Amino acid sequence: MSLSQLEITHDELKHLVSERALTGETLLLNMGPQHPSTHGVLRLLLELDGEIVVNCIPDIGFLHTGIEKNMEAKSYEKAEVMTDRLDYLNTMGNNLAYCLAVEKLVDLDVPARAQAIRVIFAELQRIASHLVWLATHALDLAAMSMFFYCFNQRERILDIMEMCAGQRMMTTYFRPGGLWRDVPAEFETAVRAFIDSFPKEIELYEGLLDKNPIFLDRTKGIGIFTGEEGIAWGVTGSTLRGSGVAYDLRKEEPYSGYEQYDFDVCTEQEGDVYARYRVRMREFHESLKIIRQALDKLPSGPFRSNNRKFVPPPRAELGESMEAVIHHFKLWTEGFPAPKNSIYMPIESPRGELGVYLEGDGGPKPYRCHWRTPSFVNLQILPKISQGCYVADLVAIIGSIDIVLGDTDR
Amino acid sequence: MKAELQPVLDALQSAFGARSSEFREQAKAVLAAEHIVAAARLLRDAHGFNMLAALSAVDYWPERQPRLHVVYQFKNLDKNLRLELRVPLDGDEPELPSLIEVFPNANWHERELWDMFGIRVTNHPDLRRILMPADWVGHPLRKDYPLGYEEVQFSFNFEEIDQRKPRPQD
Repeated sequence: MSLSQLEITHDELKHLVSERALTGETLLLNMGPQHPSTHGVLRLLLELDGEIVVNCIPDIGFLHTGIEKNMEAKSYEKAEVMTDRLDYLNTMGNNLAYCLAVEKLVDLDVPARAQAIRVIFAELQRIASHLVWLATHALDLAAMSMFFYCFNQRERILDIMEMCAGQRMMTTYFRPGGLWRDVPAEFETAVRAFIDSFPKEIELYEGLLDKNPIFLDRTKGIGIFTGEEGIAWGVTGSTLRGSGVAYDLRKEEPYSGYEQYDFDVCTEQEGDVYARYRVRMREFHESLKIIRQALDKLPSGPFRSNNRKFVPPPRAELGESMEAVIHHFKLWTEGFPAPKNSIYMPIESPRGELGVYLEGDGGPKPYRCHWRTPSFVNLQILPKISQGCYVADLVAIIGSIDIVLGDTDR
Repeated sequence: MKAELQPVLDALQSAFGARSSEFREQAKAVLAAEHIVAAARLLRDAHGFNMLAALSAVDYWPERQPRLHVVYQFKNLDKNLRLELRVPLDGDEPELPSLIEVFPNANWHERELWDMFGIRVTNHPDLRRILMPADWVGHPLRKDYPLGYEEVQFSFNFEEIDQRKPRPQD
Protein backbone atom coordinates (compact mmCIF):
# COMPACT_ATOMS: atom_id res chain seq x y z
CA MET A 1 0.00 0.00 0.00
CA SER A 2 1.42 3.38 -0.89
CA LEU A 3 1.38 6.33 1.45
CA SER A 4 -1.27 8.29 -0.47
CA GLN A 5 -3.79 5.47 -0.04
CA LEU A 6 -3.58 5.66 3.72
CA GLU A 7 -6.13 8.17 4.86
CA ILE A 8 -4.69 8.16 8.37
CA THR A 9 -1.56 9.98 7.24
CA HIS A 10 -1.22 13.51 5.93
CA ASP A 11 0.76 14.51 2.89
CA GLU A 12 2.85 16.62 5.19
CA LEU A 13 4.18 13.50 6.90
CA LYS A 14 5.96 12.38 3.73
CA HIS A 15 9.22 14.04 4.72
CA LEU A 16 9.31 12.04 7.94
CA VAL A 17 9.38 8.55 6.42
CA SER A 18 12.00 7.04 4.14
CA GLU A 19 11.82 6.73 0.35
CA ARG A 20 11.03 3.05 0.72
CA ALA A 21 7.70 3.85 2.38
CA LEU A 22 6.61 5.89 -0.63
CA THR A 23 7.18 2.93 -2.98
CA GLY A 24 5.44 0.56 -0.60
CA GLU A 25 8.59 -1.42 0.21
CA THR A 26 8.18 -0.78 3.91
CA LEU A 27 4.93 -0.89 5.85
CA LEU A 28 3.36 2.08 7.61
CA LEU A 29 1.49 1.09 10.74
CA ASN A 30 -0.34 3.05 13.40
CA MET A 31 0.34 2.10 16.98
CA GLY A 32 -2.17 3.94 19.14
CA PRO A 33 -3.77 6.23 20.14
CA GLN A 34 -5.89 3.41 21.60
CA HIS A 35 -3.18 0.89 22.33
CA PRO A 36 -2.59 -0.42 25.87
CA SER A 37 1.20 -0.41 25.53
CA THR A 38 1.46 3.26 24.65
CA HIS A 39 0.48 4.14 28.25
CA GLY A 40 -2.39 6.42 27.36
CA VAL A 41 -3.30 8.20 24.18
CA LEU A 42 0.04 8.31 22.42
CA ARG A 43 -0.04 7.60 18.69
CA LEU A 44 3.08 6.28 17.01
CA LEU A 45 3.29 6.15 13.24
CA LEU A 46 5.69 3.28 12.59
CA GLU A 47 7.53 2.54 9.39
CA LEU A 48 8.34 -1.16 9.50
CA ASP A 49 10.66 -3.35 7.51
CA GLY A 50 9.29 -6.73 8.48
CA GLU A 51 9.35 -6.48 12.23
CA ILE A 52 12.14 -3.91 12.43
CA VAL A 53 11.30 -0.27 13.16
CA VAL A 54 12.78 1.95 10.43
CA ASN A 55 11.14 5.17 11.61
CA CYS A 56 8.99 6.01 14.58
CA ILE A 57 7.00 9.25 14.50
CA PRO A 58 5.23 10.14 17.75
CA ASP A 59 1.99 12.08 17.46
CA ILE A 60 0.85 13.69 20.70
CA GLY A 61 -1.86 16.12 21.78
CA PHE A 62 -4.82 13.75 22.16
CA LEU A 63 -5.05 14.65 25.84
CA HIS A 64 -4.46 18.39 25.43
CA THR A 65 -6.79 20.17 27.84
CA GLY A 66 -5.59 23.77 27.57
CA ILE A 67 -4.51 23.91 31.21
CA GLU A 68 -1.97 26.70 30.63
CA LYS A 69 -4.65 28.87 28.98
CA ASN A 70 -7.21 28.10 31.66
CA MET A 71 -4.82 28.98 34.48
CA GLU A 72 -4.49 32.51 33.07
CA ALA A 73 -8.19 33.10 33.82
CA LYS A 74 -8.08 32.05 37.48
CA SER A 75 -6.54 33.56 40.60
CA TYR A 76 -3.27 32.05 41.85
CA GLU A 77 -5.00 29.99 44.51
CA LYS A 78 -7.83 28.73 42.29
CA ALA A 79 -5.53 27.86 39.40
CA GLU A 80 -3.86 25.25 41.60
CA VAL A 81 -6.63 22.68 41.17
CA MET A 82 -5.69 22.42 37.49
CA THR A 83 -2.15 21.34 38.36
CA ASP A 84 -3.39 17.99 39.70
CA ARG A 85 -4.76 17.17 36.29
CA LEU A 86 -1.44 17.57 34.47
CA ASP A 87 0.54 14.54 35.56
CA TYR A 88 -2.15 12.51 37.27
CA LEU A 89 0.37 10.09 38.80
CA ASN A 90 2.29 12.91 40.45
CA THR A 91 -0.45 15.15 41.79
CA MET A 92 1.35 16.14 44.99
CA GLY A 93 4.51 16.88 43.00
CA ASN A 94 2.61 19.17 40.64
CA ASN A 95 1.05 20.96 43.61
CA LEU A 96 4.52 21.33 45.08
CA ALA A 97 6.06 22.77 41.90
CA TYR A 98 3.21 25.25 41.52
CA CYS A 99 3.18 26.34 45.17
CA LEU A 100 6.97 26.78 45.19
CA ALA A 101 6.69 28.88 42.03
CA VAL A 102 3.99 31.11 43.50
CA GLU A 103 5.90 31.43 46.77
CA LYS A 104 9.05 32.41 44.91
CA LEU A 105 7.20 34.94 42.75
CA VAL A 106 5.54 36.72 45.69
CA ASP A 107 8.46 36.02 48.10
CA LEU A 108 6.50 34.10 50.73
CA ASP A 109 8.07 31.96 53.47
CA VAL A 110 6.81 28.50 54.36
CA PRO A 111 7.03 27.14 57.95
CA ALA A 112 9.38 24.20 58.56
CA ARG A 113 6.55 21.79 59.45
CA ALA A 114 4.79 22.40 56.14
CA GLN A 115 8.06 21.90 54.26
CA ALA A 116 8.71 18.54 55.97
CA ILE A 117 5.17 17.29 55.32
CA ARG A 118 5.51 18.40 51.70
CA VAL A 119 8.69 16.35 51.39
CA ILE A 120 7.01 13.28 52.92
CA PHE A 121 4.14 13.50 50.48
CA ALA A 122 6.35 14.22 47.50
CA GLU A 123 8.34 11.07 48.26
CA LEU A 124 5.24 8.96 48.91
CA GLN A 125 3.98 10.19 45.57
CA ARG A 126 7.28 9.25 43.93
CA ILE A 127 6.89 5.71 45.29
CA ALA A 128 3.27 5.56 44.10
CA SER A 129 4.26 6.82 40.65
CA HIS A 130 7.14 4.36 40.36
CA LEU A 131 4.74 1.59 41.42
CA VAL A 132 2.39 2.40 38.55
CA TRP A 133 5.38 2.55 36.23
CA LEU A 134 6.64 -0.84 37.44
CA ALA A 135 3.17 -2.38 37.23
CA THR A 136 2.50 -1.25 33.68
CA HIS A 137 6.06 -1.76 32.47
CA ALA A 138 6.08 -5.36 33.72
CA LEU A 139 2.60 -5.92 32.31
CA ASP A 140 3.84 -4.77 28.89
CA LEU A 141 6.55 -7.41 29.16
CA ALA A 142 3.98 -10.09 30.05
CA ALA A 143 4.55 -10.21 33.83
CA MET A 144 0.91 -9.86 34.78
CA SER A 145 1.12 -10.59 38.52
CA MET A 146 3.35 -7.54 39.11
CA PHE A 147 0.40 -5.35 38.27
CA PHE A 148 -1.66 -6.67 41.17
CA TYR A 149 1.20 -6.57 43.69
CA CYS A 150 2.11 -2.98 42.78
CA PHE A 151 -1.41 -1.58 42.72
CA ASN A 152 -2.05 -3.18 46.08
CA GLN A 153 0.79 -1.16 47.63
CA ARG A 154 -0.10 2.00 45.71
CA GLU A 155 -3.56 1.80 47.23
CA ARG A 156 -2.00 2.11 50.70
CA ILE A 157 -0.33 5.40 49.67
CA LEU A 158 -3.56 6.70 48.17
CA ASP A 159 -5.29 5.87 51.45
CA ILE A 160 -2.77 8.07 53.31
CA MET A 161 -3.48 10.88 50.85
CA GLU A 162 -7.20 10.48 51.31
CA MET A 163 -6.72 10.61 55.07
CA CYS A 164 -4.99 14.00 54.84
CA ALA A 165 -6.39 15.68 51.73
CA GLY A 166 -9.82 14.07 51.48
CA GLN A 167 -8.98 12.90 47.95
CA ARG A 168 -7.10 9.90 46.65
CA MET A 169 -5.62 11.47 43.56
CA MET A 170 -6.73 15.07 42.86
CA THR A 171 -5.41 16.27 46.19
CA THR A 172 -4.64 20.03 45.96
CA TYR A 173 -3.27 19.56 49.45
CA PHE A 174 -0.36 21.99 49.31
CA ARG A 175 -1.38 25.64 49.10
CA PRO A 176 0.75 28.74 48.54
CA GLY A 177 2.20 29.44 51.98
CA GLY A 178 1.86 25.92 53.41
CA LEU A 179 -0.79 23.22 53.50
CA TRP A 180 -4.57 23.12 53.28
CA ARG A 181 -4.81 21.56 56.77
CA ASP A 182 -2.48 19.97 59.24
CA VAL A 183 -2.08 16.20 59.02
CA PRO A 184 -4.40 14.14 61.29
CA ALA A 185 -3.10 12.29 64.37
CA GLU A 186 -3.12 8.90 62.59
CA PHE A 187 -0.82 10.18 59.85
CA GLU A 188 2.51 9.22 61.41
CA THR A 189 1.38 5.69 62.33
CA ALA A 190 0.05 5.09 58.83
CA VAL A 191 3.21 6.31 57.10
CA ARG A 192 5.45 4.34 59.49
CA ALA A 193 3.42 1.21 58.87
CA PHE A 194 3.90 1.68 55.15
CA ILE A 195 7.64 2.43 55.19
CA ASP A 196 8.31 -0.46 57.58
CA SER A 197 6.58 -3.05 55.41
CA PHE A 198 7.46 -1.73 51.97
CA PRO A 199 11.14 -2.90 51.76
CA LYS A 200 9.87 -6.49 51.87
CA GLU A 201 7.61 -5.74 48.91
CA ILE A 202 10.56 -4.38 46.93
CA GLU A 203 12.36 -7.69 47.57
CA LEU A 204 9.30 -9.48 46.27
CA TYR A 205 9.27 -7.42 43.06
CA GLU A 206 12.98 -7.90 42.53
CA GLY A 207 12.59 -11.62 43.17
CA LEU A 208 9.96 -11.80 40.45
CA LEU A 209 11.88 -9.81 37.86
CA ASP A 210 15.64 -9.72 38.51
CA LYS A 211 16.26 -13.36 37.66
CA ASN A 212 13.39 -13.78 35.24
CA PRO A 213 15.02 -14.78 31.91
CA ILE A 214 12.14 -13.39 29.85
CA PHE A 215 12.34 -10.02 31.60
CA LEU A 216 16.13 -9.88 31.29
CA ASP A 217 16.06 -10.84 27.60
CA ARG A 218 13.59 -8.12 26.84
CA THR A 219 15.27 -5.34 28.80
CA LYS A 220 19.06 -5.81 28.64
CA GLY A 221 20.78 -4.05 25.75
CA ILE A 222 17.52 -2.51 24.49
CA GLY A 223 16.93 1.20 23.84
CA ILE A 224 20.43 2.44 24.67
CA PHE A 225 21.45 6.09 24.74
CA THR A 226 24.55 7.65 26.27
CA GLY A 227 24.64 10.33 28.93
CA GLU A 228 25.81 13.00 26.44
CA GLU A 229 22.97 12.17 24.06
CA GLY A 230 20.49 12.31 26.90
CA ILE A 231 21.70 15.75 28.00
CA ALA A 232 21.64 17.08 24.42
CA TRP A 233 18.04 15.91 24.09
CA GLY A 234 17.09 17.46 27.43
CA VAL A 235 16.29 14.10 29.02
CA THR A 236 16.12 14.27 32.83
CA GLY A 237 15.12 12.19 35.82
CA SER A 238 15.54 8.44 36.27
CA THR A 239 15.68 8.05 32.48
CA LEU A 240 18.90 10.11 32.34
CA ARG A 241 20.30 8.58 35.55
CA GLY A 242 20.07 5.18 33.87
CA SER A 243 22.74 6.48 31.48
CA GLY A 244 25.18 7.34 34.24
CA VAL A 245 24.50 11.07 34.74
CA ALA A 246 24.01 11.81 38.44
CA TYR A 247 21.61 14.70 37.86
CA ASP A 248 18.92 15.05 40.50
CA LEU A 249 17.38 18.46 41.27
CA ARG A 250 16.77 17.44 44.88
CA LYS A 251 20.59 17.51 45.26
CA GLU A 252 21.53 20.14 42.67
CA GLU A 253 18.97 22.81 43.46
CA PRO A 254 17.39 21.74 46.77
CA TYR A 255 13.91 23.01 47.51
CA SER A 256 11.51 22.55 50.42
CA GLY A 257 14.38 21.56 52.74
CA TYR A 258 15.74 18.58 50.76
CA GLU A 259 19.28 19.68 51.71
CA GLN A 260 18.64 18.43 55.30
CA TYR A 261 18.11 14.83 54.28
CA ASP A 262 20.75 12.23 53.58
CA PHE A 263 20.11 10.22 50.43
CA ASP A 264 21.98 8.97 47.36
CA VAL A 265 21.43 9.75 43.71
CA CYS A 266 21.06 6.35 42.04
CA THR A 267 22.78 5.88 38.69
CA GLU A 268 23.47 2.96 36.37
CA GLN A 269 26.00 3.03 33.53
CA GLU A 270 24.45 0.87 30.78
CA GLY A 271 21.77 3.30 29.56
CA ASP A 272 19.41 0.51 28.49
CA VAL A 273 15.88 -0.42 29.58
CA TYR A 274 17.23 -2.65 32.36
CA ALA A 275 19.43 0.16 33.75
CA ARG A 276 16.42 2.48 33.95
CA TYR A 277 14.51 -0.28 35.73
CA ARG A 278 17.35 -0.72 38.25
CA VAL A 279 17.54 3.03 38.92
CA ARG A 280 13.85 3.24 39.77
CA MET A 281 13.99 0.12 41.96
CA ARG A 282 16.84 1.67 43.95
CA GLU A 283 15.01 4.98 44.18
CA PHE A 284 12.28 3.24 46.17
CA HIS A 285 14.83 2.75 48.96
CA GLU A 286 16.10 6.35 48.76
CA SER A 287 12.55 7.69 48.98
CA LEU A 288 11.92 5.54 52.04
CA LYS A 289 15.12 6.89 53.59
CA ILE A 290 13.99 10.49 53.06
CA ILE A 291 10.49 9.81 54.46
CA ARG A 292 11.96 8.15 57.56
CA GLN A 293 14.30 11.09 58.25
CA ALA A 294 11.55 13.63 57.70
CA LEU A 295 9.19 11.77 60.04
CA ASP A 296 11.85 11.39 62.73
CA LYS A 297 12.45 15.12 62.95
CA LEU A 298 9.01 16.36 61.94
CA PRO A 299 8.94 19.86 63.46
CA SER A 300 5.92 21.09 65.35
CA GLY A 301 4.52 24.55 64.76
CA PRO A 302 2.25 26.19 62.22
CA PHE A 303 1.39 24.29 59.05
CA ARG A 304 0.98 27.41 56.95
CA SER A 305 2.37 30.90 56.82
CA ASN A 306 0.95 33.61 59.06
CA ASN A 307 1.22 36.21 56.32
CA ARG A 308 -2.47 37.15 55.97
CA LYS A 309 -1.90 38.98 52.70
CA PHE A 310 -1.41 35.61 51.00
CA VAL A 311 -2.83 32.93 53.32
CA PRO A 312 -6.42 33.02 54.63
CA PRO A 313 -6.93 33.29 58.43
CA PRO A 314 -8.13 30.24 60.38
CA ARG A 315 -11.92 29.82 60.54
CA ALA A 316 -12.01 30.42 64.30
CA GLU A 317 -10.63 33.94 63.91
CA LEU A 318 -13.43 35.08 61.62
CA GLY A 319 -15.91 35.30 64.49
CA GLU A 320 -13.85 37.68 66.58
CA SER A 321 -11.59 39.73 64.31
CA MET A 322 -12.84 42.25 61.75
CA GLU A 323 -9.39 42.25 60.14
CA ALA A 324 -9.58 38.49 59.63
CA VAL A 325 -12.97 38.88 57.92
CA ILE A 326 -11.52 41.50 55.58
CA HIS A 327 -8.50 39.30 54.73
CA HIS A 328 -10.74 36.30 54.17
CA PHE A 329 -13.06 38.30 51.91
CA LYS A 330 -10.23 39.86 49.90
CA LEU A 331 -8.43 36.55 49.40
CA TRP A 332 -11.47 34.57 48.28
CA THR A 333 -13.05 37.22 46.07
CA GLU A 334 -10.01 38.84 44.52
CA GLY A 335 -6.90 36.83 45.43
CA PHE A 336 -3.45 38.20 46.12
CA PRO A 337 -1.37 40.23 43.64
CA ALA A 338 2.03 39.10 42.33
CA PRO A 339 4.77 41.39 40.98
CA LYS A 340 5.16 42.12 37.28
CA ASN A 341 8.03 39.74 36.66
CA SER A 342 8.75 36.09 36.02
CA ILE A 343 10.46 33.14 37.67
CA TYR A 344 11.32 29.57 36.65
CA MET A 345 10.97 26.93 39.36
CA PRO A 346 12.23 23.41 38.59
CA ILE A 347 11.66 20.39 40.85
CA GLU A 348 12.48 16.70 40.53
CA SER A 349 9.27 14.88 39.64
CA PRO A 350 9.25 11.05 39.40
CA ARG A 351 9.80 11.51 35.66
CA GLY A 352 12.44 14.27 35.66
CA GLU A 353 12.69 18.03 35.72
CA LEU A 354 9.23 19.51 36.22
CA GLY A 355 9.62 23.26 35.67
CA VAL A 356 7.06 25.99 36.18
CA TYR A 357 7.57 29.27 34.36
CA LEU A 358 5.31 31.72 36.16
CA GLU A 359 4.85 35.35 35.19
CA GLY A 360 2.81 37.91 37.11
CA ASP A 361 1.43 41.23 35.88
CA GLY A 362 0.74 42.95 39.19
CA GLY A 363 -2.77 41.49 39.34
CA PRO A 364 -4.25 38.45 41.11
CA LYS A 365 -4.08 36.06 38.13
CA PRO A 366 -1.04 34.44 36.51
CA TYR A 367 -0.22 36.31 33.31
CA ARG A 368 1.50 33.22 31.93
CA CYS A 369 2.11 29.82 33.46
CA HIS A 370 4.15 27.43 31.34
CA TRP A 371 4.76 23.84 32.42
CA ARG A 372 8.03 22.31 31.32
CA THR A 373 6.90 18.72 31.71
CA PRO A 374 9.42 15.88 31.78
CA SER A 375 7.25 13.48 29.74
CA PHE A 376 7.05 15.94 26.84
CA VAL A 377 10.81 16.41 26.67
CA ASN A 378 11.82 12.81 27.43
CA LEU A 379 9.51 11.40 24.76
CA GLN A 380 11.42 13.28 22.07
CA ILE A 381 14.32 10.86 22.29
CA LEU A 382 12.06 7.88 21.47
CA PRO A 383 12.44 8.04 17.63
CA LYS A 384 16.21 8.14 18.06
CA ILE A 385 16.58 5.15 20.38
CA SER A 386 13.91 3.00 18.74
CA GLN A 387 15.42 2.96 15.25
CA GLY A 388 16.37 -0.57 14.27
CA CYS A 389 14.67 -2.32 17.17
CA TYR A 390 11.79 -4.81 17.04
CA VAL A 391 8.21 -3.67 17.57
CA ALA A 392 8.08 -5.74 20.75
CA ASP A 393 11.18 -3.92 22.05
CA LEU A 394 9.56 -0.59 21.25
CA VAL A 395 6.94 -1.45 23.85
CA ALA A 396 9.68 -2.02 26.42
CA ILE A 397 11.38 1.27 25.48
CA ILE A 398 8.17 3.32 25.81
CA GLY A 399 7.62 1.78 29.22
CA SER A 400 11.17 2.54 30.34
CA ILE A 401 10.91 6.26 29.47
CA ASP A 402 7.95 6.41 31.89
CA ILE A 403 5.68 8.90 30.18
CA VAL A 404 2.30 10.09 31.39
CA LEU A 405 0.22 11.50 28.58
CA GLY A 406 -1.50 14.05 30.80
CA ASP A 407 1.98 15.39 31.47
CA THR A 408 2.96 15.33 27.80
CA ASP A 409 -0.12 17.02 26.39
CA ARG A 410 -1.01 19.39 29.24
CA MET B 1 22.61 35.30 41.35
CA LYS B 2 25.69 33.11 41.37
CA ALA B 3 28.98 34.91 40.76
CA GLU B 4 29.97 32.48 37.96
CA LEU B 5 27.12 33.85 35.83
CA GLN B 6 28.54 37.38 35.60
CA PRO B 7 31.23 36.57 32.98
CA VAL B 8 28.57 34.78 30.89
CA LEU B 9 26.30 37.81 30.98
CA ASP B 10 29.26 40.08 30.14
CA ALA B 11 30.16 37.90 27.15
CA LEU B 12 26.56 37.99 25.89
CA GLN B 13 26.51 41.76 26.38
CA SER B 14 29.71 42.40 24.44
CA ALA B 15 28.93 39.94 21.61
CA PHE B 16 25.20 40.50 21.08
CA GLY B 17 24.31 43.61 23.10
CA ALA B 18 22.21 41.56 25.51
CA ARG B 19 20.63 43.50 28.38
CA SER B 20 20.68 41.50 31.61
CA SER B 21 18.58 41.73 34.74
CA GLU B 22 17.93 39.74 37.88
CA PHE B 23 14.80 38.78 39.82
CA ARG B 24 14.65 36.50 42.88
CA GLU B 25 18.28 35.51 42.26
CA GLN B 26 17.55 34.32 38.72
CA ALA B 27 19.51 35.91 35.89
CA LYS B 28 17.93 36.77 32.57
CA ALA B 29 19.21 38.45 29.42
CA VAL B 30 17.25 40.00 26.54
CA LEU B 31 18.68 39.84 23.03
CA ALA B 32 17.51 40.18 19.42
CA ALA B 33 16.10 37.23 17.48
CA GLU B 34 18.88 37.23 14.85
CA HIS B 35 21.49 36.51 17.53
CA ILE B 36 19.76 33.64 19.33
CA VAL B 37 21.42 30.76 17.43
CA ALA B 38 24.89 32.26 17.84
CA ALA B 39 24.18 33.04 21.49
CA ALA B 40 23.00 29.48 22.19
CA ARG B 41 26.13 28.11 20.50
CA LEU B 42 28.32 30.45 22.55
CA LEU B 43 26.56 29.35 25.74
CA ARG B 44 26.96 25.66 24.88
CA ASP B 45 30.53 25.66 23.56
CA ALA B 46 32.26 28.36 25.62
CA HIS B 47 30.29 28.37 28.87
CA GLY B 48 29.15 24.78 29.31
CA PHE B 49 25.39 25.32 29.13
CA ASN B 50 24.77 21.84 27.76
CA MET B 51 21.01 21.52 28.20
CA LEU B 52 18.08 23.49 26.82
CA ALA B 53 15.83 22.97 29.82
CA ALA B 54 12.70 24.76 28.67
CA LEU B 55 11.40 26.93 25.85
CA SER B 56 8.17 28.85 25.72
CA ALA B 57 6.72 32.28 24.94
CA VAL B 58 4.61 35.04 26.48
CA ASP B 59 2.14 37.21 24.57
CA TYR B 60 1.93 40.89 25.58
CA TRP B 61 -0.99 41.78 23.28
CA PRO B 62 -2.19 44.54 22.71
CA GLU B 63 1.44 45.64 22.77
CA ARG B 64 2.93 45.58 19.26
CA GLN B 65 6.63 46.25 19.67
CA PRO B 66 7.37 43.77 21.01
CA ARG B 67 4.23 41.69 21.03
CA LEU B 68 5.82 38.41 22.13
CA HIS B 69 8.73 37.27 24.23
CA VAL B 70 10.25 33.87 23.54
CA VAL B 71 11.80 32.53 26.75
CA TYR B 72 14.68 30.02 26.76
CA GLN B 73 15.95 28.33 29.92
CA PHE B 74 19.50 27.00 29.66
CA LYS B 75 21.17 24.74 32.20
CA ASN B 76 24.84 24.08 32.87
CA LEU B 77 24.92 20.63 34.46
CA ASP B 78 28.59 20.67 35.45
CA LYS B 79 28.60 24.00 37.27
CA ASN B 80 24.91 23.87 38.23
CA LEU B 81 23.96 27.19 36.65
CA ARG B 82 20.76 28.38 35.02
CA LEU B 83 20.30 31.24 32.61
CA GLU B 84 17.19 32.64 30.97
CA LEU B 85 17.34 34.24 27.54
CA ARG B 86 14.41 36.29 26.25
CA VAL B 87 13.87 37.19 22.62
CA PRO B 88 11.31 39.96 21.84
CA LEU B 89 9.33 39.56 18.61
CA ASP B 90 7.16 42.19 16.91
CA GLY B 91 3.78 42.09 15.25
CA ASP B 92 1.23 39.46 14.27
CA GLU B 93 3.41 37.25 12.09
CA PRO B 94 6.61 36.88 14.07
CA GLU B 95 9.56 34.83 12.88
CA LEU B 96 12.33 33.13 14.81
CA PRO B 97 15.36 31.10 13.70
CA SER B 98 15.38 27.48 14.83
CA LEU B 99 17.74 26.21 17.51
CA ILE B 100 17.64 22.55 16.43
CA GLU B 101 21.21 22.45 15.10
CA VAL B 102 22.52 23.46 18.55
CA PHE B 103 19.98 21.69 20.79
CA PRO B 104 18.04 18.88 19.04
CA ASN B 105 15.27 18.91 21.66
CA ALA B 106 14.24 22.40 20.49
CA ASN B 107 12.25 20.56 17.79
CA TRP B 108 9.04 19.90 19.70
CA HIS B 109 9.32 23.09 21.74
CA GLU B 110 9.42 25.14 18.54
CA ARG B 111 6.48 23.22 17.09
CA GLU B 112 4.62 24.19 20.25
CA LEU B 113 5.62 27.84 19.70
CA TRP B 114 4.05 27.67 16.23
CA ASP B 115 0.99 25.80 17.46
CA MET B 116 0.25 27.92 20.50
CA PHE B 117 1.59 31.36 19.53
CA GLY B 118 1.81 31.39 15.73
CA ILE B 119 5.56 32.06 15.79
CA ARG B 120 6.93 30.88 12.44
CA VAL B 121 10.25 29.14 13.13
CA THR B 122 12.53 29.39 10.10
CA ASN B 123 14.82 26.45 9.15
CA HIS B 124 12.62 24.05 11.11
CA PRO B 125 12.44 20.64 9.39
CA ASP B 126 8.97 19.71 10.59
CA LEU B 127 6.91 22.75 11.56
CA ARG B 128 3.49 21.17 12.16
CA ARG B 129 1.02 21.68 14.97
CA ILE B 130 1.91 19.47 17.92
CA LEU B 131 -0.84 19.68 20.56
CA MET B 132 -3.86 21.02 18.64
CA PRO B 133 -5.43 19.07 15.75
CA ALA B 134 -3.83 19.62 12.33
CA ASP B 135 -6.88 21.51 10.97
CA TRP B 136 -7.22 23.87 13.94
CA VAL B 137 -7.65 27.59 13.21
CA GLY B 138 -5.88 30.11 15.44
CA HIS B 139 -3.17 29.97 18.09
CA PRO B 140 -4.75 29.36 21.51
CA LEU B 141 -2.19 30.83 23.91
CA ARG B 142 -2.30 34.26 22.26
CA LYS B 143 -4.00 36.79 24.47
CA ASP B 144 -6.45 37.85 21.73
CA TYR B 145 -7.69 34.26 21.43
CA PRO B 146 -10.82 33.99 23.62
CA LEU B 147 -10.90 31.35 26.34
CA GLY B 148 -14.44 30.37 25.35
CA TYR B 149 -17.28 29.59 27.70
CA GLU B 150 -20.66 27.98 27.28
CA GLU B 151 -23.31 30.66 27.74
CA VAL B 152 -25.39 30.25 30.90
CA GLN B 153 -29.07 29.77 30.08
CA PHE B 154 -31.65 31.40 32.37
CA SER B 155 -35.41 31.04 31.99
CA PHE B 156 -35.74 34.48 30.36
CA ASN B 157 -33.19 33.80 27.62
CA PHE B 158 -33.24 30.00 27.43
CA GLU B 159 -34.67 29.72 23.92
CA GLU B 160 -32.68 32.61 22.52
CA ILE B 161 -29.39 30.96 23.55
CA ASP B 162 -30.66 27.51 22.62
CA GLN B 163 -31.16 28.61 19.03
CA ARG B 164 -27.61 29.83 18.53
CA LYS B 165 -25.94 26.84 20.18
CA PRO B 166 -23.76 24.92 17.76
CA ARG B 167 -25.20 21.51 16.84
CA PRO B 168 -23.91 18.62 14.82
CA GLN B 169 -24.67 18.83 11.10
CA ASP B 170 -27.70 16.80 10.01
